[in-house]
Amino acid sequence: MFRFLIRRLLIAIPTMFLVVTLAFFMMRSAPGSPFVNERQMTPEVQKVVEKKYGFDRPLIEQYGRYLADVVQGDFGPSLKYRNKTVVSILAENFKVSLWLGLSAILLASVIGVSLGVLAALRQNRSIDYVTMGIAILGVCIPTFVTAPLLVLAFGSILGWLPLAGWRWETVAGIEFPAWRNMVLPVTVLALPQIAIISRLVRAGMIEVLRSNYVRTARSRGLPEWVVVRKHALRAAILPLVSYLGPACAGLLTGSLVVEKIFNLPGLGKFFVISALQRDYTVVMGMVIFYAALILVLNMIADMLYAALDPRVRLA
Amino acid sequence: MTVSAMIPGSPERADLLKAAVRGRSLWDDARRRLFRNKAAVAGMVVLALMVALSLIGPLLVPYAYDTVTKSDVWSAPGVRGHLIGADSLGRDLLARLFAGLGVSLGIGVVATAVSLVIGVAWGATAGYLGGRVDEVMMRIVDTLYSLPFIFFVILLMVVFGKNIFLIFLAIGAVEWLTMARIVRGQTLSLKQKEFIEAARAAGLTSSAIILRHIVPNLLGPVVVYVTLTIPAIIIAESFLSFLGLGVQAPMASLGTLIAGGAQDMEMAPWLLIFPSAVMIITLMAFNFIGDGLRDAIDPKDR
Repeated sequence: MFRFLIRRLLIAIPTMFLVVTLAFFMMRSAPGSPFVNERQMTPEVQKVVEKKYGFDRPLIEQYGRYLADVVQGDFGPSLKYRNKTVVSILAENFKVSLWLGLSAILLASVIGVSLGVLAALRQNRSIDYVTMGIAILGVCIPTFVTAPLLVLAFGSILGWLPLAGWRWETVAGIEFPAWRNMVLPVTVLALPQIAIISRLVRAGMIEVLRSNYVRTARSRGLPEWVVVRKHALRAAILPLVSYLGPACAGLLTGSLVVEKIFNLPGLGKFFVISALQRDYTVVMGMVIFYAALILVLNMIADMLYAALDPRVRLA
Repeated sequence: MTVSAMIPGSPERADLLKAAVRGRSLWDDARRRLFRNKAAVAGMVVLALMVALSLIGPLLVPYAYDTVTKSDVWSAPGVRGHLIGADSLGRDLLARLFAGLGVSLGIGVVATAVSLVIGVAWGATAGYLGGRVDEVMMRIVDTLYSLPFIFFVILLMVVFGKNIFLIFLAIGAVEWLTMARIVRGQTLSLKQKEFIEAARAAGLTSSAIILRHIVPNLLGPVVVYVTLTIPAIIIAESFLSFLGLGVQAPMASLGTLIAGGAQDMEMAPWLLIFPSAVMIITLMAFNFIGDGLRDAIDPKDR
């Protein structure tokens, strides 16, 4: 396990280096500057501002400095939001994305596993066909189609849920997002994941239910639900663990659209705006943050997989 | 098979050999299985219809996709000769839908072709050469794989302007990674198969081996992956369009139509519903074809 961790970290270093480099030079080769749209600046003022952020130096020197800062965890100040550092902006907005993402993955896991198990136990019967039909729909329909359609149905026509927006509510001193604002975005994010997870679990269950140890468990006279829950499900759920890494990456992409449609103050929405405004430091910080997040999640998923399945040896 | 058919020189064996010569190739078998799959056939019919509509549809509608008619703003379906309505500028939705479908399918095909060329060349080279070269090439793929690509694509669009060729390039450049992995894996395992060894023992040159034995066997998984890549690219383009970074007005794609429809959906729900329906039907058709092809070409996976 330890050797695996070291190996993966060693692979992660060039990846992160590439991420920082690409983000830096792409952002910097963009036409325009973060100070263009502001109140007309005299050339002198602009010079002073540029000097303040070190933009008067050669690009390669700025790159070196940025790299050194990032290694120390310093992502610099935002160029558009006065008195805010990139880290504080990330922390503030990531809270929303995190709530959305975690709720969605939890919902998707619970529903996806239940549907998958149900379909596998009733293989080739009507409930199996219905579930897998829904799963195909869920895989095929992208979030930017489901989101407006659900808003139209439940928000505009039925009026049950708010069309958009985000509110924090304080319950017992802890801040929670208001559930009414969460229902639609979380559902939209969870739907494709439910589809994928239920297909994964169904395939795994069907394979496991045919295995010898399940037959043994049944022949020992164990009740069916014990066989399913304790013997079959534990093995069938393993592919799900290794899927969680990619799932989180999918959620991040999905949340870009969802945050835009539902007008949520999350990171995804911030990313596009910042890129358009040429807020160099914020954009680079966000790309680096997301890349690191995906790397770490994949690593955790792999380690979890190995910990749960002794047959898997990490190399 | 009767016992006598195993005796060399027996008439039964001669018949059998003749039958074998006239026999079905693997591809015939695959085609047969594919056409027996109802969902896949339905998918192919629907897709053919979609392609036909995107090509001849614009000729059937009396409006161009960018004809602005002030008097027809927000026309409901069926009103003032707009079969499925008109948008906030009075542009005919059907005309825009046909044009958008063509753009989406076109981007899907072209970007897939880009990813196909890069992916197959990269994967086959890595797999065939093996050793150190393979390791370096695949390490590069691994590294690129773990990048949050959608962010780089967004950056690319933001930074270098919203150019349609850039969309091809950006999306194609992302999608070749999986193709390279699939092709490399296939090449690696094919290299060690007995029939390759047999071909080598029979004195075939390596170019003949690659062309006659490796490429046909690569074709199966590659074809399957292509049918899954095209819809993925259509989704990616629509996704960018949705964020305002894809195809630019007055041109339309399914993504821009859905995005526009989402904005005006309370005023004119048809602007959201029809493009969404076309999008869903197209994606499902691709999905059924892909699943059908996989079952047909690689029956051991069923």
